[in-house]
Amino acid sequence: MSKLQKAAVKRRDIREAVELGLKVRKRRNRRFRHLGFMAVLTGMLLLAIMFVSIASKGYSAFQRTEIQLDIKLDSDVIDPGESRSKDVLMRADYTGLIKASLRELFPEVKKRKQKRALYRLVSSGAGDQLREKVIQDPSLIGQRIPVWLIADDDLDQYYKHGEGQSRLKDYQLQWVARLNADHRLRLAFNSTFFTAGDSREPELAGIRGALTGSFFVILITLGLSLPLGVLAAIYLEEFAGRNRWTDFIEVNINNLAAVPSIVFGLLGLAVFINFMGLPRSAPLVGGLVLTLMTLPTIIIASRAALKSVPPSIREAALGMGASKTQMIFQHVLPLAMPGMLTGTIIGMAQALGETAPLLMIGMVAFIADIPSGPLDSATVLPVQIYLWADSPERAFMERTSAAILVLLTFLVLMNLLAIWLRRKFEQRW
Amino acid sequence: MNLFVYFIVFILLSIGAYWYGRRYSLSLVSGDHRKLHSLPQYYGYYVALWTVLPACLMMLLWLFLDQSMIVHLVSVALPEKIKALPPDELGLYLNDVVNLARGNITSSEGDAVMQQAAAHYQHLWRISHVALGIAVLGAVVAGAAFSLHRIQPDFRSRPGVERLVKWLLIISSSVAILTTVGIVLSVLFEAIRFFRIIPLTDFLFGLQWSPQMAIREDQVGASGAFGVVPLFAGTILIALIAMLVAVPVGLMSAIYLVEFANSRVRAWVKPLLEILAGIPTVVYGFFAALVVAPALRGAGESVGLQVSSESALAAGLVMGIMIIPFVSSLSDDVINAVPQAMRDGSYALGATRAETISRVVVPSALPGIVGGVLLAVSRAIGETMIVVMAAGLTANLTVNPLDSVTTITVQIVTLLVGDQEFDSPKTLAAFALGLVLFIATLLLNVLALHMVRKYREEYE
Repeated sequence: MSKLQKAAVKRRDIREAVELGLKVRKRRNRRFRHLGFMAVLTGMLLLAIMFVSIASKGYSAFQRTEIQLDIKLDSDVIDPGESRSKDVLMRADYTGLIKASLRELFPEVKKRKQKRALYRLVSSGAGDQLREKVIQDPSLIGQRIPVWLIADDDLDQYYKHGEGQSRLKDYQLQWVARLNADHRLRLAFNSTFFTAGDSREPELAGIRGALTGSFFVILITLGLSLPLGVLAAIYLEEFAGRNRWTDFIEVNINNLAAVPSIVFGLLGLAVFINFMGLPRSAPLVGGLVLTLMTLPTIIIASRAALKSVPPSIREAALGMGASKTQMIFQHVLPLAMPGMLTGTIIGMAQALGETAPLLMIGMVAFIADIPSGPLDSATVLPVQIYLWADSPERAFMERTSAAILVLLTFLVLMNLLAIWLRRKFEQRW
Repeated sequence: MNLFVYFIVFILLSIGAYWYGRRYSLSLVSGDHRKLHSLPQYYGYYVALWTVLPACLMMLLWLFLDQSMIVHLVSVALPEKIKALPPDELGLYLNDVVNLARGNITSSEGDAVMQQAAAHYQHLWRISHVALGIAVLGAVVAGAAFSLHRIQPDFRSRPGVERLVKWLLIISSSVAILTTVGIVLSVLFEAIRFFRIIPLTDFLFGLQWSPQMAIREDQVGASGAFGVVPLFAGTILIALIAMLVAVPVGLMSAIYLVEFANSRVRAWVKPLLEILAGIPTVVYGFFAALVVAPALRGAGESVGLQVSSESALAAGLVMGIMIIPFVSSLSDDVINAVPQAMRDGSYALGATRAETISRVVVPSALPGIVGGVLLAVSRAIGETMIVVMAAGLTANLTVNPLDSVTTITVQIVTLLVGDQEFDSPKTLAAFALGLVLFIATLLLNVLALHMVRKYREEYE
């Protein structure tokens, strides 16, 4: 073979080798790409599973089961003296009236144990419901009226979800079937869930107390962390020279942003409650703890916003004879404000969802009252979720999921607000 | 409430002072503000600041100190018999006195001596309040008089106000330092008290964790063991599982989004992934406890495996989901920071995308990625709610992910939620654990930030 031929053979071999290799390499490339796509898909899928599983468990809590009873509002029981004073109406035995109406409906139930089981179909809060109705309209007294009353959570779960793990006894199920056949059962909007505080009875438990507590906590956090964060950012970005002290502050802020939230709870317990003697379980302490926790987020975002204001604005202001403070507060700050607010809203969203540090300062107690101020004992929405998640009853699981849906709604709204702010005020210099 | 009233009063006072100071300065020059050194509003600010700030500072200091002062005075006045009690019992006694005086629930019925002490406490408390009111009023009047006295047409009020503003800025930025100092001191003090009872070596190297202290002397199994090793093991096991989920998924999604996906996909997927980061941890905890753990149990049963209902696996998996966006957004940043020229060079040599990524982009972004992963580990170690709701309470020294384990944060929560006595090693142990947690995450964070920063500087 000539030299030329040899070279041609060799070239062909190389080409074959390359083409063979190319196939493998391209396949590897595709596989890599698929792997990446699968990773993204996994993330999306997990997100979807979480949302669907929680929403499917929680949506039913927005409805409650009600029982229609014909109740004789006997004036001898409610108001024997016919005085119609609110005090007398408040104290009357409405539960007794409900029981009487149930006995009337099921006259064959005679045994004491069975009677108690019968009374248990109606929620223990139904008496209050009836009282409310009578006080609103005292002219009903003496009449016999049909009333829709809140059902007990066991009946509620059975009516919504069918047999399954129903805790109702067989004879109770027979009564329920009869009530259903008489069209005495219905599903209605569960207003209690939004207007009531916590309760041991699932059908009477609501998130109003937790929402109010969250409101106070967020109010205090916002009121303290926004000014403190903005002022600190202004100092670090505009006034402080680059020296050891400011470097130290900066490292500190970055580290604080990564300290586990529960450590802030320990700080709150040791300093605010034990050392300063502030009340336990109070939104004030919760707000203080969350302020310290969100401060780094706000400072970092505010500094970035200040940095993005171009030097020409500052130079123009100084050139017109403004002092440095005037330049910052009257020219730079208004331009940086949208960016600062975006950071603040994200910080507030974090604070709204935070649970662990609040457990440390005692916001985890059972509190049925709705707090009226930042020093009352209170709980917050995420902690309420934690408390309910601990309850074994199925009805509480439903309410936990529903409370999560409410919390997520708030968070989504806050994030949308942040995105909208960013879009609206985004400026290219 | 008192504090709230003061707050409103201070706001009204500062508005009034501003208004009066401004008018006063104008009246000095009969309305011709050109004769003043500064703009009239600066005279207003000056008076307002001097009226309110000193009073505010004094009140804060007062509120900070009065409780401990009063308790000290009450304890000095107690009879000798009670003062001779050991310090921790005396502390409990004083606690009861304070609770009694404030009308809270007390742990013991007060006898005559305690009733007297409580009355004494209330008496001092009232004196303190009246004195505070007088002192605040005095500070307001003195501040207002001083600042008004200084206002003259040629008085340089603007530099004065600006100096004050600058101090306000400095104080605000020091809050971060104060917080760190507060964390270190509060956790350290209680931890030192703990280590006086339980030796440091027992704590760090003990293999048993059962923080029950004896209520009676002869109680069974109530000696209390504070060996932290099982907690470390549990924490690391759960963090490891979380990382096994989060790192591959997060890193590969970041690579896909930066290198393969077009801009429309990126615009949709990135915010969706970030939603995962915004979900409160208590929601993840609920998801882990009510969906993932039963599912794992069911799956285990169907193949004949015994899965604990509170397994490390369930907690770790869900924690991994939580950390995915954290890993992906950090890797996204560092991968984006790799200069395009390096990729182009690789393509020019004939490399495919996959080869470029695995042999050029990832190696050069590696320090940043490792830094990001370290930050994620620190987050996994400090995460509380998921493990509180989905991991167990008993300290098992095991590497089996199907068993229940407990973590440092779970123990902090269980030790501190509920009744607390601040002199039992059980409560103090929580602070010792807090100290360990703080140090461990701090070291990880410093290391991670150092790696990220050092890497980033290379291309600038």
